[in-house]
Amino acid sequence: MSVFSAFYSRFAVLFALVLVTFVNTFGKAADAAAEPEAFQPSEVILHHVLDDHIWHFWDGHFGTLYLPVIVYSAERGLEIFSSSNFFDEHHQPVIYSGYALEHGHITLNGNPVFDISITKNVAMLFINAALLLGLLIAAAKGAAQNSGKAPKGVQAFLEPIIVFVRDEIVKPNIGHHYEKYLPYLLTLFFFILFGNILGLLPGAGNLTGNIAVTMTLAVFTFIITNFSGNKAYWGHIFWTPGVPLPLRIVILPVEIVGVFTKPFSLMIRLFVAITAGHIVLLSLISLAFIFQSVTVGFVSSLIVLFINLIELLVAGIQAYVFTLFTSLYIGMAIADHEHH
Amino acid sequence: MELLTPGTGLIIWQTIIFLMLVILLSRFAWKPILNSLKERESSIQNALEAAEKARSEMARLQSDNEKLLKEAREERDKILREAREAANRMKDEAQDDARKSAERIVDDARAAIQIEKQAAMKEVRTQVALFSLDIAEKLMKKNLATDQAQKEQVEVFIKDLKLN
Repeated sequence: MSVFSAFYSRFAVLFALVLVTFVNTFGKAADAAAEPEAFQPSEVILHHVLDDHIWHFWDGHFGTLYLPVIVYSAERGLEIFSSSNFFDEHHQPVIYSGYALEHGHITLNGNPVFDISITKNVAMLFINAALLLGLLIAAAKGAAQNSGKAPKGVQAFLEPIIVFVRDEIVKPNIGHHYEKYLPYLLTLFFFILFGNILGLLPGAGNLTGNIAVTMTLAVFTFIITNFSGNKAYWGHIFWTPGVPLPLRIVILPVEIVGVFTKPFSLMIRLFVAITAGHIVLLSLISLAFIFQSVTVGFVSSLIVLFINLIELLVAGIQAYVFTLFTSLYIGMAIADHEHH
Repeated sequence: MELLTPGTGLIIWQTIIFLMLVILLSRFAWKPILNSLKERESSIQNALEAAEKARSEMARLQSDNEKLLKEAREERDKILREAREAANRMKDEAQDDARKSAERIVDDARAAIQIEKQAAMKEVRTQVALFSLDIAEKLMKKNLATDQAQKEQVEVFIKDLKLN
C-alpha cells in the first residue's frame, strides 16, 4: 500500500494547497458579490455525495463535463442526448424537448422516465472497470512473462494483495471448495478497493458510497450464497436441528430474516462507511467556506489531509470486510454440518 | 432520502459492468495469475524439498565417508597388527629352528663322539688285551724258562684243582 499512500498523500497535499488558494479567491469573490445567498454546506455536501447527470469539477466554462443522457419512455422510445441540453449559456436549468432535469431525476412532461444515463457514478464505474482491467491484465501478462522468475512491476504490486485475499480471506472462511468462488471474491475485493480509492480523489464521484452500487454487490453475494447453499444450510434455516420443536417454529422466521439481513448489512456497511467519510471530509472543507477565513481553511486542510489518510485505511478495510463477510456467508452455506 | 434510494440506471450499469468484470478478469487475470502463483508455490515447495533431500543425502554421504574412513583405519590397524604378529611368529620360528638345529648338531656331535669313544675304547681294549697277552707270554716265557718253574707251576695248577 506504500506506493499508493505516497501517491495519495502527495495528492492530498496538492489538494489542500489548491483548496487554500481557492478558498481565498472564492471568499473575496463572494464578498464582492455582496453575499447574494448564504453558503449552504448540507446542500453542497449532498450534491457532492450524490449521483448526477453532469460532472462538475469547478465553476467556469470548462469546469463541467456534460455526460450523455440515455432515457427510455413508452412515448418517445430510447433517446440519447447530452446533458448540456438541460442548461442554457448562463448555466440555468432549461427544459429540453419535454425532458426536464430536476434534483437529479429526468421527467418527460412531468412523468418519470426510465433513466439509464451515463451519470457521474456510471462514468466512475467505467473508469474503475478500465483501471481494474488494465492493471490486472498487465499483472497477468507479467505473470506469464515472468513464469518461474520473481514477479516484477504491477505484478509484484498486485500479487501480494491477491495472495492476501486468497490465503487470509477466502481460504480460511470457505474451506476446500474455495477455488470456485475465488474469481468473484477477488473481483469484488479489487472493485471495492479501487472504487474506494478512486472515490477519494478530488472531483471523483462517490461510486462505492452509492447505495445502488453496494446493493448490486450485496445482491450478487446473496444470489451466490443461496445458490451454493447445500442441504445442511437450508436444513439449518427451515428445521434447525438439535433444538426443541416449539423453538424451531420461533427460530424459522428469525433464520429467514437472517438470510436477507446478511446481504443487507453488507450493503449498508459499505455505503455508510464510504459516504460518511466523504461527508466528514466535505464538512471539514466547508468550514473554510462557512467562516470565510484562510486560517480556518489552512487548519481544516490539515485535518482533511489527516482524515484522508484515515479514509485510505477505511478504503482497504471496507474492501476487506465486504470480501470477508461474503466469504463467510458462502462458507456457511457450503459447510458440511456432519458434526451435528 | 435521495441518498438512500438506489438509482435504477446505476443498478443496471453496475450489474452489467460488474458481471463483465468478473467474466473478463476471471479469464484474463485471475486464471493466469492464480495459476502462476500455484506453479511458483509448488516450484518453491519442490525446491525446498530437493534442498532438504540434498542436505540429508550429504549428511548420509558424510556419515558414509566417516564410516569408510573408520573401516579403513581399522583395516590398517588390523593389517599392521597381523604383520607384527607374523613378524614375531617368524622370528620365533626362526629362533626355534636355529635352536633345534643347534641342538641337533650338538646331539649329532655327541652321538658321533660316543661312537668314536666306543670305537676307541674297543681299540684300546683290544690293544690292552694284546699287550696283556704279550706281557703274559713274556712273563710266562720268563717264569717257565726252567723246569723247576714249570714244575712249580703245574703244582700250583694241581693245587687249584685240588681245591676244586
